[in-house]
Amino acid sequence: MLRNALGKAFRFLGYTVQYGCIAHCAFEYLGGIVVCSGPSMEPTIQNSDIVFSESLSRHFYCIRKGDIVIVKSPNDPKSNICKRVIGLEGDKVCTSNPSDFLKSHSYVPKGHVWLEGDNLRNSTDSRCYGPVPYGLIRGRICLKIVFSTKMNGTIFV
Amino acid sequence: MAQAQGLGRRYIKAFFKGFFVAVPVTVTFLDRVACVARVEGASMQPSLNPGGREASDVVLLNHWSIRNYDVQRGDIVSLVSSVSFWRSIPFATYTWCLNVVCLFLLRSPRNPEQKIIKRVIALEGDIIKTIGYKKKYVKVPHGHIWVEGDHHGHSFDSNAFGPVSLGLLHARATHILWPPQRWQKLQPMLPPERKPLHREQE
Repeated sequence: MLRNALGKAFRFLGYTVQYGCIAHCAFEYLGGIVVCSGPSMEPTIQNSDIVFSESLSRHFYCIRKGDIVIVKSPNDPKSNICKRVIGLEGDKVCTSNPSDFLKSHSYVPKGHVWLEGDNLRNSTDSRCYGPVPYGLIRGRICLKIVFSTKMNGTIFV
Repeated sequence: MAQAQGLGRRYIKAFFKGFFVAVPVTVTFLDRVACVARVEGASMQPSLNPGGREASDVVLLNHWSIRNYDVQRGDIVSLVSSVSFWRSIPFATYTWCLNVVCLFLLRSPRNPEQKIIKRVIALEGDIIKTIGYKKKYVKVPHGHIWVEGDHHGHSFDSNAFGPVSLGLLHARATHILWPPQRWQKLQPMLPPERKPLHREQE
């Protein structure tokens, strides 16, 4: 009786470990579903939107200017931020606020990217904490899942 | 004939079953728990690689101990390099010793992700005196650490590229595994002349 229960418990544990590892590999090397919060990417991504991010571009170094990426926050490694890539290494970017009269420019250093939110007035991004190292990028957002009243769910690219 | 086909099908089924169990578990273990790597370069002499090119140390890298980004001053850690991947870093890069097939396939052949291995000198909030950095005194910002190689002058570290974000932390080097005569546990050791000038909180 006890041996039966122990056997079942071990089998359950084995399956949990196996599926946990498959999930880790999927999230790390393929992609996953992410829930975004905050107003800094409006109107492209609203608060509480569900998006799908893929990790293949990061591993193959295919992140391009204009991509929306998920990045580990430079000031808090336990949280993620979602911004648009405005400049890659070597690009010239404008570092001043839109309201400033005199514009200042700088070049993005090697191995870094310049991120900005779409909602420039309400976004803390590279204009605040500087260029972000490429190694902090977790994935690139490729799809947004939109629910409409007519269908159960549509995928909006 | 039918029996041989049945046996072949059973073997294929067993192979795929083993494959889908072994590969994800191994990849997850190497990514999240621990892995092994060879240290190249002279930037951590004399702690690592005292013999230079003839004998590279092999270290055990522990991912699990830094899962909450809990590092102490004096720890030897490995970081994802924050400089260009097209530039070959001449000091203290290291290569993977164990390479699972999946990992190998997913690494870009042109630009393998560079990792550097250095010692943590200061944590966030500490004010330290730098050696050759653009500013003489630096207060380490929130969420960042200051790393240096033990061999000052031969090390590409925070004195060149500034404070490093904690998100780039890869693993903590806990033991030297090879060569056998250098088998030891790496203790966190902060050189007394590199202590921070003012600590925010203990």
